Amino acid sequence: MTTILETRSLNKEFGAVIAAKDLDVQVAKGEVVGVIGSNGAGKTTFINMVTGYLKPTRGEILFNGKSILGHSPRAITRAGMARSFQVAQLFPEMSVIDNLIVALAAAESPRPSFLSPLRSDARIARAEEILVEFGIENYRHSKVTAVPQGVRKLVDIAMALIGNPQMLLLDEPTSGVSMDEKTGLMDTVMNAVRQHGVTVLFVEHDMDVVERYVSRVLAFYSGEIIADGKPAAVLADERVRDLVTGHRHTHKKGNGAS
Amino acid sequence: MRFDRTEISLALIAIACVLFGFVSPGWLIFLLTIALSKALVVQGVVMQMRSGLVSFGQGLFYCIGGYTVGMGGQFFGIHDAIAALALGIAVAIVVAMILGLLLTRYRDIFFAMLSLAFSMILFGILVKSQELGSTDGFNVHNWTVFGWAPETGADSQQTVFTMTILAGLVIAIMIHRYTKAGIGVICEAVRENEVRVEYLGLSPRWLLYGNYVAAASVSALGGGLTALATGHVDPEMAYWTTSGEFIFIALLGGLGHVAAPFIAAIVFSVVRTYSIEFVPNTWQMILGFTLLGVIVFLPKGLWSLVSREKSGERT
Ligand SMILES: Nc1ncnc2c1ncn2[C@@H]1O[C@H](COP(=O)(O)OP(=O)(O)OP(=O)(O)O)[C@@H](O)[C@H]1O
Ligand SMILES: [Mg+2]
Repeated sequence: MTTILETRSLNKEFGAVIAAKDLDVQVAKGEVVGVIGSNGAGKTTFINMVTGYLKPTRGEILFNGKSILGHSPRAITRAGMARSFQVAQLFPEMSVIDNLIVALAAAESPRPSFLSPLRSDARIARAEEILVEFGIENYRHSKVTAVPQGVRKLVDIAMALIGNPQMLLLDEPTSGVSMDEKTGLMDTVMNAVRQHGVTVLFVEHDMDVVERYVSRVLAFYSGEIIADGKPAAVLADERVRDLVTGHRHTHKKGNGAS
Repeated sequence: MRFDRTEISLALIAIACVLFGFVSPGWLIFLLTIALSKALVVQGVVMQMRSGLVSFGQGLFYCIGGYTVGMGGQFFGIHDAIAALALGIAVAIVVAMILGLLLTRYRDIFFAMLSLAFSMILFGILVKSQELGSTDGFNVHNWTVFGWAPETGADSQQTVFTMTILAGLVIAIMIHRYTKAGIGVICEAVRENEVRVEYLGLSPRWLLYGNYVAAASVSALGGGLTALATGHVDPEMAYWTTSGEFIFIALLGGLGHVAAPFIAAIVFSVVRTYSIEFVPNTWQMILGFTLLGVIVFLPKGLWSLVSREKSGERT
């Protein structure tokens, strides 16, 4: 079992708020890890630090055994770790297919061409395949601001997958999506992910969704990991029931991604 | 190389303009030459607006283009107009590559003000340079094209006009492609969501840098052509009101099409010329109301009068 992602005593303080406290996390290649925790537990902060958006106050982050501490988000993306966002991060004035085409061009080269057209036949054809894979082909020419939340989430995740990452971090992929659409969305995503053989870590508030897809759960509380293990064990843990899942979760809206 | 419909239309219009130049009066040729060469500078402003940055100092490259052409003839024996224009572009590229390193760290008003600051520094330097005629600037003459020296007056005006049209055509086609190319579209993506661009593994700064340098080269060409047309350069070219004029024309035309800055620059010149002639002292007010009208009624610029809303296609 090889470790793909490892953090050592990762800490993040925002003034007096401790958003991450001595996080030691190891994720093995091929794992699907669920991250749970109430609002403000530090889940997004963890993803933000690992992907280079936030600088940890202290600690070390290793990706494939190499330190990525202090690397830029784009360097980390190029190294093979992609992410999605709690609030989908898209190009709002472009259509769904154009969002994908931009991502395809970005994946091909970090230096876009000055004169050859972005919307090449090859990229359009590839984007069409992705639209079908994610079941959003009916929205191809709609502006991303005009499509349902679930479609926006899928576009966001599809864009992350286009770069063929080894690891994918999903921040609440089903937030803002209605109850009955959640499993459909996650099935689509997990199918795509399996085909690419990607290691996944995803944040989720819905325990049914968590149990359905993950092999392991990390429970966050107040910047700390209070439980780590098989879903059944973690969800049965007394502290987790007290501090995370105890009160039945009501549907909530996502706050900012960053 | 294949040309699309827009490019063929541009070429046909350019040919028509060149032919029109042979039969139209000198004052009109002069007006059009100045308007179109300024439009090239405006193209540089528009390129940056697409990426979300407003340059309040594009006069810097306008001035660099103009002064390089002037100084090339005056001091370095470069009398060939095309070589001088190319040199102007080269100097602008070098300057932009240096300034861009700093400027691309900034966004919004900070970028605007910093670009303004650089053009005002150049203005200050030129005003202090006695050898370059200080505030009066100096004349640009005795240039040739492929060894042929047009006579001063109508002959040379005609020549600059033709050169401006041809340069305008080449640049328009290049910008038309650039806008649809990787860098053009992704620069718009930077404007729309810089965080996402980062997380696609791209450097927004590098993109803005490339765009800044490209915009500078186009603007410098406009400055060089203006110098040839007016036969004169002065520090005013780098003054902030000049840069303001370029932004004015950019807003007037809008970002809708590569032809928009050309049309807007001609409209601007005509409005200004006639205002000065018929209602002197109030032309600034007239321009003010024109801009007010455009922003309120045509927020996408004059080009929205031309384009019928085409669904699903972004031109
Ligand atoms: N940029 C910031 N500046 C200051 N405080 C922050 C910042 N980002 C997060 N925090 C704080 O850090 C703590 C953890 O926030 P984080 O967004 O990581 O929580 P989360 O587990 O993702 O919650 P949610 O389920 O609501 O998304 C919270 O107390 C939050 O207020
Ligand atoms: Mg969060």
